[in-house]
Amino acid sequence: MQGTPTETATRHLAETSRWKPLEFAFWLVAFGAIWLLPSHHLILNEIIITALFAMSLDLILGYAGIASLGHAAFFGFGAYFAGIFAIRVIGDPLTGLVLATLASGALGFITSFLVLRGVDLARLMVTLGVALVLGEIANKMTWLTGGADGLQGVVMGPVLGLFEFDLYGRTAYVYSLVVTFLLFLIARRIVVSPFGLSLRTIRDNPLRARAIGIPVNRRLIAVYTLAAAYAGAAGALLAQTTQFVSLDVIALHRSADVLLMLVIGGTGYLYGGFAGAIVFKVLQDVISNWTPQYWTFWIGLILVILVLIGRERMNHQVAVLWARLRGKPEPRPRTIVGGH
Amino acid sequence: MAGRPHGARSLYFPGGSRVLTILFDGIAYGMVLFVLACGLSITLGLMNFVNLAHGVFAMVGGYVTAILMNRLGVPFLATLPFAFLVPAALGLVMERTLYQRLYNRNHLDQVLFTIGLVFMAIAAVDYVMGSQPQLIQLPSWLRGRVDVFGVQVGLYRSFIIVVCGFLVVGLQFVLAKTRFGAQLRAAVDDARVARGLGINTSLVFAATFAAGSGLAGLGGALGAEILGLDPTFPLKFLIYFMIVVTVGGTSSLTGPFYASLLLGIADVAGKYYVPSLGAFVIYTVMIVVLVFRPQGLFVKAR
Repeated sequence: MQGTPTETATRHLAETSRWKPLEFAFWLVAFGAIWLLPSHHLILNEIIITALFAMSLDLILGYAGIASLGHAAFFGFGAYFAGIFAIRVIGDPLTGLVLATLASGALGFITSFLVLRGVDLARLMVTLGVALVLGEIANKMTWLTGGADGLQGVVMGPVLGLFEFDLYGRTAYVYSLVVTFLLFLIARRIVVSPFGLSLRTIRDNPLRARAIGIPVNRRLIAVYTLAAAYAGAAGALLAQTTQFVSLDVIALHRSADVLLMLVIGGTGYLYGGFAGAIVFKVLQDVISNWTPQYWTFWIGLILVILVLIGRERMNHQVAVLWARLRGKPEPRPRTIVGGH
Repeated sequence: MAGRPHGARSLYFPGGSRVLTILFDGIAYGMVLFVLACGLSITLGLMNFVNLAHGVFAMVGGYVTAILMNRLGVPFLATLPFAFLVPAALGLVMERTLYQRLYNRNHLDQVLFTIGLVFMAIAAVDYVMGSQPQLIQLPSWLRGRVDVFGVQVGLYRSFIIVVCGFLVVGLQFVLAKTRFGAQLRAAVDDARVARGLGINTSLVFAATFAAGSGLAGLGGALGAEILGLDPTFPLKFLIYFMIVVTVGGTSSLTGPFYASLLLGIADVAGKYYVPSLGAFVIYTVMIVVLVFRPQGLFVKAR
C-alpha cells in the first residue's frame, strides 16, 4: 500500500505516535511507585530527575544528532536559577520551575548559534566550553551562588499552595514525576510530528535534508532550545526538591554521566533516558556499596566495552530480539547516530 | 600565588621586570603544554581520532618519574628517558589492540571510549598510588631563581624551556626533513592517496601514536613540578590539551606551538593580574576562536 510521499509520511507518523502497551506499563509502574515504594521516594526522585535530564539530551543527540559534552550547562543553570529565585524572590515551586525552564531555554537559544557554527569536533568543544565558562562563573560569583560552598538556605513553599515538601521525599517524587510526565507527553508529541521527522532527516543526512528544503539551522536551533529548557527544568526540580545547589550540578562529570546513561539506555526513542537513568543509578548504588572510592573504574569499563561491542549493533540486537518475541518482522539495522 | 599589592609595581619595579618574569614563566608553561599536547594534535590530524585519554599517557610519564625517583632513588635526569619510553610502549600496545578498531567510528563513540579510559585510569592510579599529589624533588642545581639583568629567572623553568625548545626543533626537523616525516605529512593530508602511493599508513599511525604518547609522558614528567601530579591529572588538563589542539589546528605543528605559548602566557598572566576571573578568560577565548575560526587560529585556508 504505497501512496504519495505525504501519505506515506503521515501513515508512518500515525503508526509511531500510537501508544504501545509497554509504555502504559512503564508509566503505571512509575506512578504506582508513589504507593508501592514509600521508603524509596528520595532515590526515585533523583532517578526521575536524572531521567528527565537524559531525555533532554536524547532530544538533541538521538533525534537531531548533536553530540554535547556540556549539557550540564543548562541543568546547572536551571538549578541555580530556581535556587536563587526561591531565596531572593518567592518560594513557590511552580513559578520558579516555569521561570527556570524559560530562562534555560533562552540560554539554549543564545548558545545554539555558537554550537551551529562549527561541525563535529568544534561543536563538541563549544558545548564543553560553554559548560566550563558557566561553571567558572558559578564558582566565582560567590555572593550570588555561594561558590564552592554551594547555595544554601533554599526554602520552598508548598506545591500549588497545598503540598509541603516532606522529609521522606513523597511530595518531591510526586512533584518531579508529574512534571516529568507532562514534559514527556509534550516531547513525545513533538518527536512524532512532522517537525520531529524533519529532525531525524537532518540527523541521518544533513546535506540531503537541506536539499529537499528543510531549514536545517532553524530546526536545530529550535530543538537545541527545547532540549536546554528541558534540562533546565530537570535542574530546577533538583534544586527545589533537595533545597540545595552545589557546583556539582554543572560539573563536567555530570555531562559525561548523562551521556553515558543515554548510551546505556539507547538513543532516539525517548525512553532511553529513563532506562539508562535507572540502570546507572542502580549500578552506582551497587558498585559504590561494594567499592565506594573506585566505582568510576567500573563505569569507565562499561563505557569502553559498550563502545567496543558497538552501541548500534547492541540496540539493534535488542530490537531484533523484541520483534522476534512478538512475532513481528525484524527491523532493518539503523544508520549510525551521532558525531558525524 | 598571592594577590598583587596595590602600587607595588610602580614602587619596586621601575622597569617592566615583573612583566618579563611573568612572560618567562608563561613561556615555560606553554612549552610544557606543547610537549604534552603535540601528540594529541598529530593523532587528531592524522587519524581524525578524538583521544580524550591523551592525558593518561602524560600522567603515566609523571608517575614513572615519581616512582623511579622517590622509591628507587634514580636521579631526575635519568628518569626522563623512562618517562618517554614507558608511555610510548603503552601507547603502542593500546593503539594496536584498542584504538585501531575505533578509527572508522564516529566522534561520539571515540569520545565515549576515551572518556571511559580516563575514568578507568584515574580510579586505577588512585587505587595503586593513592589520591595524594606526588612530589618530585628536583636536583639542587635546578632549584631557585637567578637574577638576569634585573629579571627573576627560575632555573627549572629555564631548563624546561631549553629541553622543550630542543624537542620542538627536533620534531620540526623530523617532520620537515626526514622520509618518515614526509610520509607522515602525506598521511595527514590524505590518508587514502598516501596508501595508494605505497605508504604503510597503518605503521605510520602506530609509530606516531607511540611517539605522541611518549612525548606526553615526557611532558608529564617535566611538568609535574609546575602542573602538579595526582590521579585526576588527565581530566584536569584535558581542557588545556583540547584548547591547544582546537585553537592551534591540526594540520601542522607550528599552530599548536603558538597556541600553547599563547595559552601558557595568558593563563599565567591571567592568574596573576586578574585572579578573580580564574580560568574564565581562556575558556572564553577558546569559544570565540572555535566560533570564528573552527579550523584553528593559525591555519591557512586551503
